[in-house]
Amino acid sequence: MRRLIAILPVAAFVIVLVGFMIGLKRDPAILPSMLIGKPLPAFALPPVKPMAAGLTSAELTGEPRLLNVFASWCGPCREEHPVLLQLKAQGVTIDGLDWKEEADAGAHWLDQNGDPYAKSGNDRTGRAGIDMGVSGVPETFVLDRRGVVRYRQVGAITPQIWAETIAPLMAKLKAES
Amino acid sequence: MRRLALIAATALALAGPALAVTPDEQLKDPKLEARARALSQELRCLVCQNQSIDDSAAPLAHDLRVILRERLAAGDSDQQAVGYLVARYGDFVLLRPPFQPDTWALWFGPAAILLLGGAGAALYMRGRARAGDAPLSAAEEAEAARLMTPKAVTDKGD
Repeated sequence: MRRLIAILPVAAFVIVLVGFMIGLKRDPAILPSMLIGKPLPAFALPPVKPMAAGLTSAELTGEPRLLNVFASWCGPCREEHPVLLQLKAQGVTIDGLDWKEEADAGAHWLDQNGDPYAKSGNDRTGRAGIDMGVSGVPETFVLDRRGVVRYRQVGAITPQIWAETIAPLMAKLKAES
Repeated sequence: MRRLALIAATALALAGPALAVTPDEQLKDPKLEARARALSQELRCLVCQNQSIDDSAAPLAHDLRVILRERLAAGDSDQQAVGYLVARYGDFVLLRPPFQPDTWALWFGPAAILLLGGAGAALYMRGRARAGDAPLSAAEEAEAARLMTPKAVTDKGD
């Protein structure tokens, strides 16, 4: 009993230490999304590219898909862009929400770097993104057939994140009827 | 020279902190604006997470300040206006964490740890006090007396 009590402070210290170490490794920018399990808030956005169709929340149903929030002024988007193009080539449906910039800038970005999006909408004021709880770009929402948000990726999708997290989820969503 | 220093010091003393809130964001109604200021000091900026949206110069903080003011101008109560942002960004936007089951550890934790530590320390002290009560044996007394008797220093040291 006495020995047990003597070990107690050390044990408590180790527990606290492990807690802090886990805390240090967590990215504070990754916050839980309020939208998981809920449909996207309604929006109807004008197109990014002139003459193209815009993007409305009602259209984002039918098959599991990604909604990628991007901006030409965003550094990590540049890194993510080739991954999105690759996914498009693999047949993944991705729609784009061009956040907090003029449509011109977004259109120029897509012209220069390639357009991975099935449809894209320009959210100049950022209000549609704010309604989804977007706090920065890039962010990606994984939607199921009914347009319900099942997952949110904060920050760029890397090949590793795709392979380990999002691809298995997409496969699962495809299997759902 | 001294006068110049005095003027500079006065100017520094009178200068307020730079405000993130820009004039074009502010509401015309001073009462509503005061409410908006008070509320936005309690809301966390999602970009610079240790600043309130009232302090932060991040573009998103600007947007959230404007949205908050729109809600108030539209007739929302303080609670409704804050609830609007909580519905989008979660409890994390509240700089003052709400009191609810998943934050009990946060609210009660420090007091619980203090109580546990205090109880542990009290037990330990009581145990020590009891152990100290035992009188020394004759042999121990003699040893203590020998140790405490000053004697001539014999070694010269090196």
